[in-house]
Amino acid sequence: MAGSGAAHLRGDEALLSVEDLVVEYRTSAGVVQAVSKVSFDVLPGETLGIVGESGCGKSTTGRAVLRLDTVTSGSIRFRGRAIEGLDEREMRALRREMQMIFQDPVGSLNPRRPVRELVVEGLDIAGASRKDQEAAAGRVLEAVGLADDRFRDLLPRRLSGGQAQRVAIARALAVEPQLLICDEPVSALDVSVQAQILNLVEDLKRDLGLTVVFIAHDLSVVRTVSDRVLVMYLGKLCEFGEPEAVYASPAHPYTRALLDSVPQPDAVDGFTGPALEGDLPSPLSPPTGCRFRTRCPRADEQCAAEEPQVAEIRPGQFAACHHPLPVPEVLAAAGGAAVPVPARSSA
Amino acid sequence: MTEPLLVVSHLHMHIGTPRGAVRAVDDVSLAIEAGQALGVVGESGSGKSMLARAIMGLLPPRAARSGSIQFKGQDLMTLPVKEQRDLWGKQIGMVFQDPGRSLNPVVRVERQLTEGMRRHLGVGRSEARTRAVRLLDEVGVPDPEARLGNYPHQMSGGMRQRVMLAIALACEPDLLIADEPTTALDVTIQRQILDLLRRVQTSRGMAMMLISHDLSVVAGRTDRVAVMYAGQLAETGATREVFAAPRHRYTHALLDATPTLHQERHARLRVIEGSLPDPTAPPPGCRFSQRCTAPVEGCAEGPIPMESVGADHRVACLNPAGAPDLVVAGGSSDGR
Repeated sequence: MAGSGAAHLRGDEALLSVEDLVVEYRTSAGVVQAVSKVSFDVLPGETLGIVGESGCGKSTTGRAVLRLDTVTSGSIRFRGRAIEGLDEREMRALRREMQMIFQDPVGSLNPRRPVRELVVEGLDIAGASRKDQEAAAGRVLEAVGLADDRFRDLLPRRLSGGQAQRVAIARALAVEPQLLICDEPVSALDVSVQAQILNLVEDLKRDLGLTVVFIAHDLSVVRTVSDRVLVMYLGKLCEFGEPEAVYASPAHPYTRALLDSVPQPDAVDGFTGPALEGDLPSPLSPPTGCRFRTRCPRADEQCAAEEPQVAEIRPGQFAACHHPLPVPEVLAAAGGAAVPVPARSSA
Repeated sequence: MTEPLLVVSHLHMHIGTPRGAVRAVDDVSLAIEAGQALGVVGESGSGKSMLARAIMGLLPPRAARSGSIQFKGQDLMTLPVKEQRDLWGKQIGMVFQDPGRSLNPVVRVERQLTEGMRRHLGVGRSEARTRAVRLLDEVGVPDPEARLGNYPHQMSGGMRQRVMLAIALACEPDLLIADEPTTALDVTIQRQILDLLRRVQTSRGMAMMLISHDLSVVAGRTDRVAVMYAGQLAETGATREVFAAPRHRYTHALLDATPTLHQERHARLRVIEGSLPDPTAPPPGCRFSQRCTAPVEGCAEGPIPMESVGADHRVACLNPAGAPDLVVAGGSSDGR
């Protein structure tokens, strides 16, 4: 990935627009470069999927948008308004428009409060009347499929993982946000429950006109929900584009490697391409130039010397790579990248 | 080999809780041939990890097991403790999900790796060290000599899992039990470890039991597969056949609920309505019957026998999903 640049931004109509976001943490071992000059935007009503392995900065990016982590530098615009300089009081008001749900649904809920109080916590803080709170609780619990009265008085520990995640979603919806940031919302859940939550997010998005940032490590999950996909590696952007194009003909070698690492029941040895060598480098001292070059099969001297900038490789598909991958031959013959079949490696 | 390496018959493991006995493993029978890889898949609560623990004799508190577990003709459940100890680690190796917690954090890699060899094989210190270097090299640890002096916290998750595997392989076991070995790892690292497991398993001619919640993890790397639901086997058979043409309604629903890389944008996923039955008082018939989309008369009463539906394919279902061509018509075998 490696790279920086804002060629893929789509301008003023974006609901959320992030430019050159940098998040660094000081530790006793040095400065962790969690997110380094990442740019992206989300149009109203769109779902942006952010995908990558641990340490790629995808969760930090989500948290930085809500300013849950300190932003080192960069600009974040929400509805055209710069929010990186807002004070804590203004930010608190703004967070009603941007809500977040997390991976561990039970852990993100106060263990001592019943469901009916949990879901309207935000309204309570905003000073809504008792009556309004009660109406809102009924409304959001119904929206997430927990209309049954027996849920209202339960404590979080009595809920299953799927139910707890529904409560977390209901709580986010109670303040009627425009943007919902989901950080690995289904990775702690079983497949059958995961399907329920993914369908729910889709329904809510359609019915309430929500804009969603969906952060996950699971490529299949991201493909299902996303209108645009952002692939990250070690704090940098690798690739951005529509999921059909990115998955069928990835331009960045890291995207290709990620896709090839997903176990496939129908492939001969279970995988469609070669494995990626090596381990993730330390974010304390990331490689120079392209941060992916130490594991990249296409890396050369240029990759070490010069950081690649985000560029439009194919219409609507952007990557930060000095040596982007071509469209696989089978797809090129079939007339483009939008064919929804997996490509065998062309690298 | 005529006799399978491991034969589990009518294995039960019940765990005492304040709410009653949880029937974690309830009448499971299966076999693994020498050199064969068996995948065990199921969601949480299916009993897959408890099955492994029952086989390994690592019982949780207040648990009891019955049935028989024959390993190379010896019954592991009646074998004296001393002889069991000779078996574990030497002929049966184990790898667990969390390499961070199953390695001793205050002991260097070298001692953890050589301990078993020196105890079980009686090799000397320098010979054990030589073998340890060779093992680390085999499992793909770069610079193995230097790694021997490391503590677990000095290594990445993928590296620790490689060391765990090296420890499990140290005494050249005939059977490796791997319980969710890659669940804590990222996809590119998971990929490396899965490739490694399969390579080591085939090159050593070792049998393997690979347990995972992820159907695709098991798919490309095992010869046979057993699908578990609520403590019982739902379906067993040749891995390719079970994935290409699942017959049990649960296996079918589970595959449909799993998103794939070729998923259409915003396509609705099929959900499995309802939840697991109460593990202390499961229904008498098929345990999936209340969530099943195609129950027939008799499903709720049981008992449901394991019936053969192919050369090596057995299923516990009174109304199995259609023959392969019907499955295609239903649109569920696309891309899998």
